[in-house]
Amino acid sequence: MKIPSDTPAPAPEAAAEDIGAYLARHECKDLLRFLTCGSVDDGKSTLIGRLLYDTKLLFDDQLDALEADSKRLGTQGDKLDFALLVDGLAAEREQGITIDVAYRFFTTDRRKFIVADTPGHEQYTRNMVTGASTADLAVILVDARKGVLTQTRRHSYLAHLLGIRRIVLAVNKMDLAGYDQAAFDAICAEYAAFAAGIGIRGQLAIPISGLAGDNIAGPSMHMDWYSGPTLLEHLETVEIDADHARRAGFRMPVQWVNRPNLDFRGFSGLVASGRIAAGHKVRVLPSGAASKVTRIVTLDGDLDEADAGQSITVTLADEIDCSRGSVLVAADDPPQVADQFEATLVWMSDEEMLAGRSYLLKLATQTVNARVQAPKYQVNVNSLEHLAAKTLGLNDIGVANLTTDQPIVFEPYRDSPDLGGFILIDRATHATVAAGMIHFALRRSQNIHWQSIDIGPEALARLKNQEPALVWLTGLSGAGKSTIANLVQKKLHRMNRHTFLLDGDNVRHGLNKDLGFTDADRVENIRRVGEVAKLMADAGLIVIAAFISPFRAEREMIRRMLPPGRFLEVHVDTPLGVVEQRDVKGLYAKARAGELVNFTGIDSPFETPDNPELRIDTLRMSPEEAADEIVERLLG
Amino acid sequence: MREVVAETSRPVMLYSVGKDSAVMLHLARKAFHPSPPPFPLLHVDTTWKFRAMYELRDRMAAESGMELIVHRNEEALAKGINPFDHGALHTDMWKTEGLKQALDAHGFDAAFGGARRDEEKSRAKERIFSFRTANHVWDPKNQRPELWRLYNARKSKGESIRVFPLSNWTELDVWQYIHRYDIPIVPLYLAARRPTVERDGMIVMVDDDRLPLRPGETPVWRSIRFRTLGCYPLTGAIESEAATLPDILREMLLTTTSERQGRAIDREEWASMEKKKREGYF
Repeated sequence: MKIPSDTPAPAPEAAAEDIGAYLARHECKDLLRFLTCGSVDDGKSTLIGRLLYDTKLLFDDQLDALEADSKRLGTQGDKLDFALLVDGLAAEREQGITIDVAYRFFTTDRRKFIVADTPGHEQYTRNMVTGASTADLAVILVDARKGVLTQTRRHSYLAHLLGIRRIVLAVNKMDLAGYDQAAFDAICAEYAAFAAGIGIRGQLAIPISGLAGDNIAGPSMHMDWYSGPTLLEHLETVEIDADHARRAGFRMPVQWVNRPNLDFRGFSGLVASGRIAAGHKVRVLPSGAASKVTRIVTLDGDLDEADAGQSITVTLADEIDCSRGSVLVAADDPPQVADQFEATLVWMSDEEMLAGRSYLLKLATQTVNARVQAPKYQVNVNSLEHLAAKTLGLNDIGVANLTTDQPIVFEPYRDSPDLGGFILIDRATHATVAAGMIHFALRRSQNIHWQSIDIGPEALARLKNQEPALVWLTGLSGAGKSTIANLVQKKLHRMNRHTFLLDGDNVRHGLNKDLGFTDADRVENIRRVGEVAKLMADAGLIVIAAFISPFRAEREMIRRMLPPGRFLEVHVDTPLGVVEQRDVKGLYAKARAGELVNFTGIDSPFETPDNPELRIDTLRMSPEEAADEIVERLLG
Repeated sequence: MREVVAETSRPVMLYSVGKDSAVMLHLARKAFHPSPPPFPLLHVDTTWKFRAMYELRDRMAAESGMELIVHRNEEALAKGINPFDHGALHTDMWKTEGLKQALDAHGFDAAFGGARRDEEKSRAKERIFSFRTANHVWDPKNQRPELWRLYNARKSKGESIRVFPLSNWTELDVWQYIHRYDIPIVPLYLAARRPTVERDGMIVMVDDDRLPLRPGETPVWRSIRFRTLGCYPLTGAIESEAATLPDILREMLLTTTSERQGRAIDREEWASMEKKKREGYF
């Protein structure tokens, strides 16, 4: 083993001076987060390895390992293969590609850096978007021999989409292009023309060689025609725009209510933008209640004021309603509150987007239910053309309207990534399925208000002398839903109850005759039926609905549309083997023969209810008995 | 940390008594002040830690006012699993299995750990909120994207999250923070003359008679310190005169080896850490 004191000092800055002074200086260094984009062949990993090597950030044991790995796996002959330093996962090493986002850290005398190393292939768009979401600057690599390619345009578009304002065009492998100025100039000109077209301004182009080290940390010996900064010089000196957030109005999403005892009630959060001081007037959104900041509490004592980026706990002068998800804002400069938006979505899941399905939307500390409408268009990330689209699949980018089930506090993404960027979460798998960036609130969201009506649902129900409810029968086609629903209605009718029966087949002749049987259409079918059933329940009726409704998410959505206790989910449970054998309508035979596609149970899934109010086992119970049990449960 | 407390039902903080744990604990106190951090500390003990670590652990738990849970794998204890005779099995049973047992036994659904991305290549790709299946398995190919400052802490029953708040810290950041806030650390991080033997290319400290000496071995007094602290027979020391924090920082800035180099576990096999993590090692 090597012992440090035996080895020569590689970092003279610390040895030469008092350690206290060094620490003081290091503490004041700012942080630049940047992203490197390029495809495998552009030498991106090599560039990062080179940066770490040239800034003395590699240790002896890492270098030893690199030497050994280079011999075994390297692609550079006897030379060090810097790419092996950064391609972390074993699978990636074997395949020679970078699959995920990897973060690297290095420090120079002037600045600290976090590099997000992201893969370049189109199938990894989501990884690049993830890396770009926290970056201040993007280094876009171009192979000097190949020039501006489709992928260069894609990377530039994505960086710009995520709001990165500083772009460096690193024209790499100049060593292989004979260090030729004309080649470099041609690439710069072509890139500038494209960049201007999508709104990128002020990019800097640098001719480099990651492998040979030209213009990385030190100036190149081979390109005296280039007089600009080296890549590292530029990274060390480029202006960071943390000031932008500081200048904006005060916003602090509340993460946690801090209540150690009855005498203290504080609101903890990270200041997303602006500045706050004791005595400042604030509002709590979305409620709008106003108060004044009394203290800014931290472990190191109270602060007079706090800035964007600080994590604090504030106390207010008044006992007002404020909890996780609320946003504390400057009283005289509040952000908007709305429940309908236009946004850009980047789809990140293998399961494609379902228009109308309810997803969880998380924005800052707010989590609400949200439905996405069919995309207005999809963007071809290579040509940047707008294409018509009905849905979005993995790595697709599109623009769509969203509706949330309660108003949220937001700002357009270009003004505030903290209050304009959101993720969508699948309610069943809990996966993060999409990232979104809000453009603006839809005007109808601000202009359409609830009209208050004097005769409410309670009054209507009272007149009918009954408790309204929605009995929802779900199950496979041919399970017996309609038969049982019909019996339930007859029994209730005889008992003088006001009812209405919504049947799957029947609504498809009218209200939903424009819908087919794709997953997206099934979701919309159930959404419409749910809205209608809710109106009928509001009118005081007992509604009986018989729908296959194969997806858990939509059944849960309807449950949430009704007041607690008013939704009765009944699983009419008949095994597939039995319904297929009965095949009353001959549909299973057709589906098996391939004449009918997207048939539930055959080539489209049925998601069994987890906790239905009732489960009817039709093999043990007659339709008559089943109907009795439902009526008993409903009225009993 | 506040996101985890707000969105999970039973979080816990893994406390290994090392420097990263020390920083994490201090950050937790900052995040929730004036409340004490609303979760317990969990020490997955292997019975093979340095004595000085046990002393500091008990002191810090008392000072923070947090509950300290110490878990030892009873099966490993019964079988007498130790680092001398059992090699990799020692780590598997005491640490990997011990941690799973402790998380399951207490029903913790989120556990803070002090791992940093700059430590090791496979860590560089791990999320800050890193999901484990009900069997504690990590699937590096199926990680949730983490955008902006948004963390998705939703999970199904039985699944858990390992959360790494220090992901983006470097070793220098950690030392600087300890220096700035004068945080107590295990004295073994500072150089002193200690009895040692040289074994398999590592300087091993003779902490007490738990270390059986091999034929021909006699303890030699050397001025040593540790850059990282694990089970003592598996953690190599470095020869050093750095007896104060500023000395350590100076030495660190001049050093040419990475901190995990002293750990036998990483060198065992190619991509060893990634493999261990997929199996549930923290």
